[in-house]
Amino acid sequence: MGEEMTESTGGIDFEDEDASGVIKKFMFVNRKAPYGTIYALESLEVVLISAAFDQDVSLIFMDDGVYQIVKGQHTKAIDVKNFSPTYRALEGYDIEKLYVEKESLDQRGLTEDDLLVDVQVMSSAEIAKIMAEQDVVISF
Amino acid sequence: MLHIVNKSPFENRTLDSCLRVAINEPGAALLLIEDAVYAASKSGTFESAMKDALGKVKVYALWPDIEARGMQDRVIEGIKMVDYGGFVDLVAEHSNCQSWL
Amino acid sequence: MKLAIMINEGVYQHQSTDSAYQFVKAAIEKGHEVPRIFFYHDGVYNASSLTDPPKDDRNIVMRWAKLAHEHNIDMVVCVAAALRRGIKDENLAEGFRISGLGQLVEAGIQADRLVVFGD
Repeated sequence: MGEEMTESTGGIDFEDEDASGVIKKFMFVNRKAPYGTIYALESLEVVLISAAFDQDVSLIFMDDGVYQIVKGQHTKAIDVKNFSPTYRALEGYDIEKLYVEKESLDQRGLTEDDLLVDVQVMSSAEIAKIMAEQDVVISF
Repeated sequence: MLHIVNKSPFENRTLDSCLRVAINEPGAALLLIEDAVYAASKSGTFESAMKDALGKVKVYALWPDIEARGMQDRVIEGIKMVDYGGFVDLVAEHSNCQSWL
Repeated sequence: MKLAIMINEGVYQHQSTDSAYQFVKAAIEKGHEVPRIFFYHDGVYNASSLTDPPKDDRNIVMRWAKLAHEHNIDMVVCVAAALRRGIKDENLAEGFRISGLGQLVEAGIQADRLVVFGD
């Protein structure tokens, strides 16, 4: 997804005095499956941009959002870009807080072994606690 | 946290997911807007879930959306009505908010 | 309080943009500031100057332009999302500007709350 990233960074105002130095907790809640709609892909674009602002970023995958990081995605036959490898690249952007809701995995008959990236599996109660601590929560 | 839901519970499970998380959080509030206001209606299959939720989180519904959908006389007791100004107040009063899209 | 807004759905198809409009109007009436509205996903269609609804219906695009003009709201349309959907400078309605996703993150940092409307 390199091309879009370059394009989207066009508007970042690195010189803004107000924005610099402030570190907020940003949480992206991914609840939608990939490919069926564009939300997952465009969510990932926001996540990557947020990394450029040195914010405290975390991601949660719950409900059908867990399908975004399931192993074995092959999209050639539907002619849509397979963006799942990008989740593995997040570490390189210093985005390391990836949480998955256990209840969502269980409902779908999935386990941590089915996921293509290292995550922390948490209960709904633990997720509630982390969500409550955030400054900005964007759910896709 | 203020949790905002806009989907009917009869065709979408967003409200279930939101409540699964929100009931664990002391001080959580839930605001039903758009098609989610149908979750506030009496006598349906969602009533018991809503009543359970009322014991754990504060529940609000957006009156203009209730009215638009003809649900005025069907609202479950204990659910508080707000207008858009009340919606703004809820956002301001809680330290953060999440729209469960 | 500074309330930034994100709108993720287009015009007429979903109520989300109408809800956002009523919310913004109420926020301003209560004395809050709405420094920026960021349009993402199909929300970029809120900025199409080609929108031409029936005369007896609300004009969502022009309604935003008027509100933004009166209250000095910075209305930003995501460039990547806009180009994907055919929104360009040529058909960008008055009052909107096209810029990057960084403007959304910046709004999240600078505002006291970010309120999201979508589907």
